[in-house]
Amino acid sequence: MIPNTFEYKRAGSVEEAIGMLGGDAQILGGGHSLIPALKLRLNAPGALVDISKITSLQSINDNEKSITVGAGVTHAAIASDAVLAEHCPMMGQAACEIGDIQVRNMGTIGGSIAHADPAADWPAVLLATDANVIIQSSGGKRTVDIDQFFKGFYETALEEGEIITSISIPKTAFNRHSTYVKFKQPASRFALVGCAAAVEMDGGIVKSARIGLTGVAESAYRPMSVESALTGKPLNAETIDAAVQNVTEGVSVMSDHYASEKYRTHLAHVFVKRALKNLI
Amino acid sequence: MANKISITVNGKMHTAEVEARTLLVDFIREHLSLTGTHIGCDTSSCGACTIHMDGKAIKSCTVLAVQADGSELTTVEGLSKNGELHPMQEGFREEHGLQCGFCTPGMMMAATDLLKRNPSPSEHEIREALEGNFCRCTGYHNIVKSIQYAAGKMNGATA
Repeated sequence: MIPNTFEYKRAGSVEEAIGMLGGDAQILGGGHSLIPALKLRLNAPGALVDISKITSLQSINDNEKSITVGAGVTHAAIASDAVLAEHCPMMGQAACEIGDIQVRNMGTIGGSIAHADPAADWPAVLLATDANVIIQSSGGKRTVDIDQFFKGFYETALEEGEIITSISIPKTAFNRHSTYVKFKQPASRFALVGCAAAVEMDGGIVKSARIGLTGVAESAYRPMSVESALTGKPLNAETIDAAVQNVTEGVSVMSDHYASEKYRTHLAHVFVKRALKNLI
Repeated sequence: MANKISITVNGKMHTAEVEARTLLVDFIREHLSLTGTHIGCDTSSCGACTIHMDGKAIKSCTVLAVQADGSELTTVEGLSKNGELHPMQEGFREEHGLQCGFCTPGMMMAATDLLKRNPSPSEHEIREALEGNFCRCTGYHNIVKSIQYAAGKMNGATA
């Protein structure tokens, strides 16, 4: 399969990349979401701006209150990062579950969330982390709360001429006590259902919980009813079973030839339970 | 519009003009005539096109040739040195690691990448590392044994 023709531009810096955008140019990171779409001709931009050689986008920085993950950091780099493993174990667990090692060596976290595939892993994980997305354009930088970032089916808060430069993960008690579990579509390895859960405990009682679900609806989402049902209670099989009852409340559950609405709803219950039981 | 690229493949520098949309696997096969790298699924699922780019295993059907400009690649043709089989190739021969042989180049490139990261993998780790490589003959059992042979030889155990 051969993509339609396009112009290729390699950017040496974020500023240079922003200057190259415009018209129907699109950003090329690791290419593992974009190139398959180009090959299927689902997408045919006039130009690609390659940001994969911009080294400033490729580091994971350990700050006092947060960890900054560059948009160009690969899934493989996240999978083996010791700082993230300590402060936010669900990040490494999710990274290991993406595709295979060859895919993880190319695909990037920034590219994944910009693409916003409804079955991708990072949207669920980042919703659970309470991350901030740092975005740059010719007008300067802005920060978008992850709860405001995913807008729908392959749709995000990113506007024309903007580039994600990094994702900021807060160092919190709930991120230190977090997990990611996933039921894979066996051929594509995308999530039929994936659940990230992060829980802060205080004296045996849930002080706060954040849960992200992917693969279930047209966009990753937080099942708020589950989070609030757990808060103030001990974390055990009974409280978890009771809390997950309304896990798909307020969303339209997807149905396709991989999984019917009924089966996906069932999987959502099972995987939220499994994630939470991992944290008991 | 033609793009000028310079890529080192198996130690030899190649300079060429390619269309931006040229896939790396097509550049390797069509421009360099290195047909050991196979195209199986063409959707980054099967792993037949696995090569090493700057020391890491990647699927060359899902990379543009222009993205590899300035990179160092190793293809299956680059495994043997001075006419001697690489231990991985020897392992596949000794342990009957191939049946039809279509997946074999990708299997060997994924496996040599694994042994670089983990010189003494367990059977489970070998099987995990091959999750991105399919063998339609389902000959995984002997593929695993071939990789164990190579690991043993490279660690000096059976040398």
